[in-house]
Amino acid sequence: MSDAAVEARLSTQEEERDIKMRARGVSVFYGQKQALFGVDLEIPRHAVMALIGPSGCGKSTFMRCLNRMNDTIDSCRIVGDVTLDAEDIYDPAIDVVELRARVGMVFQKPNPFPKSIYENVAYGPRIHGLVRNRQETDEVVERSLTRAGLFKEVKDRLHEPGTGLSGGQQQRLCIARAIAVSPEVILMDEPCSALDPIATATVEELIHELRENFTIVIVTHSMQQAARVSQRTAMFHLGNLVEEADTDKIFTNPEDPLTQDYITGRFG
Amino acid sequence: MSQSATAAAPGRSPQAPVLWKSQEMADRRKARYAADRRLQMYGLAGIIFALGFLAILLTTLAFTGYKAFVQTTASVEINLAAQDIDRTDIREANWRSIFRDAVRQEFPDLSRAEEREFFKIFTSSAHYLVRDRVLDNPALLDGTTTFHIPLADPLDQFAKGEVNPDLPEDQRRVSNAQLELYEVLDARGMISQPFNWGLFFNADSRFPELAGLAGAISGSFWALLVCFLISFPVGIAAAIYLEEFAPKNRWTDLIEININNLAAVPSVVFGMLGLAVFLGWFGLPRSAPFVGGLVLSLMTLPTLIIVTRASLKSVPMAIREAALGVGASKHEVIFHHVLPLAMPTVMTGTIIGLAQALGETAPLLLIGMNAFITSPPDGIFEASTALPTQIYIWADSPERGFVARTSAAILVLLGFLALMNAIAIFLRQRFERRW
Repeated sequence: MSDAAVEARLSTQEEERDIKMRARGVSVFYGQKQALFGVDLEIPRHAVMALIGPSGCGKSTFMRCLNRMNDTIDSCRIVGDVTLDAEDIYDPAIDVVELRARVGMVFQKPNPFPKSIYENVAYGPRIHGLVRNRQETDEVVERSLTRAGLFKEVKDRLHEPGTGLSGGQQQRLCIARAIAVSPEVILMDEPCSALDPIATATVEELIHELRENFTIVIVTHSMQQAARVSQRTAMFHLGNLVEEADTDKIFTNPEDPLTQDYITGRFG
Repeated sequence: MSQSATAAAPGRSPQAPVLWKSQEMADRRKARYAADRRLQMYGLAGIIFALGFLAILLTTLAFTGYKAFVQTTASVEINLAAQDIDRTDIREANWRSIFRDAVRQEFPDLSRAEEREFFKIFTSSAHYLVRDRVLDNPALLDGTTTFHIPLADPLDQFAKGEVNPDLPEDQRRVSNAQLELYEVLDARGMISQPFNWGLFFNADSRFPELAGLAGAISGSFWALLVCFLISFPVGIAAAIYLEEFAPKNRWTDLIEININNLAAVPSVVFGMLGLAVFLGWFGLPRSAPFVGGLVLSLMTLPTLIIVTRASLKSVPMAIREAALGVGASKHEVIFHHVLPLAMPTVMTGTIIGLAQALGETAPLLLIGMNAFITSPPDGIFEASTALPTQIYIWADSPERGFVARTSAAILVLLGFLALMNAIAIFLRQRFERRW
């Protein structure tokens, strides 16, 4: 580890108990186009952080930096530091597979594998060797599906295709799949945008419960959702972080006029 | 359309209400429906045109070829028990005289000249056919057995109505004496026309009545096997590299352009390459299905790479992200998720590529797979023909019997192609998964 990194670690030791991930001066370029402009953001441990802002403001781009999902895009270039437990995740020595196991992700559109419900959940634990036999796999699958609030609905058809479930069930299956690997952070990219209000309520309740054990970052277009599920909220606009504060404060007394306009529906 | 007419057209002016019920609007819709119908008719006409030509092709082939699926034979009873045959050396017995004696016994009253004509009725290898059957089953030596001996090609053609007996004798290949003797055989009920299994189980021969496709079918089989074993793994590996790993830069663009160009290179060029490189430099055996398979795999590879890349590309990004999201590594994403989803299309593409290779003639001609070979190959390094080259050889042969056999061989080839395409469709429907 370099001196700078050691220093960084020492200086952050104080807050480390409370800060799970930290972004410093993160800028993202797609080819010539810059999508994020020097974002600094701290993501608190065991809390839900909501990222809000109008379409194209860079909130999804920022989130995809947190588990290096942007690596899959050839033209994408990232500057700045992102740390997970004070460890630089863009360090060339970092193991991306380990990172993505520790920072799980749930996508906007439910994307279960075209395999059985059981296989969907068992896949992650299997590739990471978290389960050694059938019995342990069964346990992990049941535990994950139960925590995702899906087990009761699907326990009789675990071996039917996951793609046969309804949209809301599919999204909860994806959440079960993410938590089956026991990640530390879960990133959710507009997890409810394809769901009806009832399924949305179920997923929101789930997020609420998951907060006790996981650090959650959620991108959402719904102000109400951000207000309901999150403790901290960050407002993005045109690739800049406009404001970041306790959710209560953002929604009652925002400092920036942009935030004020956005949450009251005057633009976006 | 004049300026004023445009201005007056309903619905153009934002202020005026649109007159959906007006005659002008109704006419306009009618014209649009008519265009729909015309498009449908053009499509239908195209299909009918194509199907019509296919029907003409198939009926022509069936019409010329169906006679090759039966073979005229004469039954000859031979009492082998009465013959003095050395059982330790069955092969070397005088089978020609044994066969001729048996025939003479049926017709004891023939003159020398008549007898000579008579033996020409049967295929000239008749005694070998008897010998081979006895070699297969020595128990026949203890009794009397009826052998069905194929008639020589001219008589076979006559029996199938291809020879006009009213022509002067010197204008046909069947003599008057042979015709008379044939009538006698027929009257005694010795002539029959069973299904011509020899077409599938005999190898090539100079005599049409004995010529079959066994050598060509096994030659094609071995060549396709080699072609599959090379092009399938290599094609998939190349496609995976280009699609999933290769950076997008000038080099990969160049490779892509070259692959696309290779797919369009005439097959005879690959044949030249096979001749120069595989036979010339590497000294591989001529006419061998192994070399045929190598050349065909060069031809199939570009197609297979293109198909595989397209099917990999069609797997949604969401599936890859889902797998990456739970921490799958690159090879796990590819082998657990992307490739299984792409596989039905890849298999279909492979089979269609192989079907194309099965029908490919030019490259095989250049590496000598059009040799005259009278036994099926036992392996990939033995000289052999292939189905399309066998068709080429037969189409070039002057004997009347090869005309029908050429058409029959084409039908067999088309049958194999149809079978392979049916398998491709089956695989696609059986394994295609939706997401």
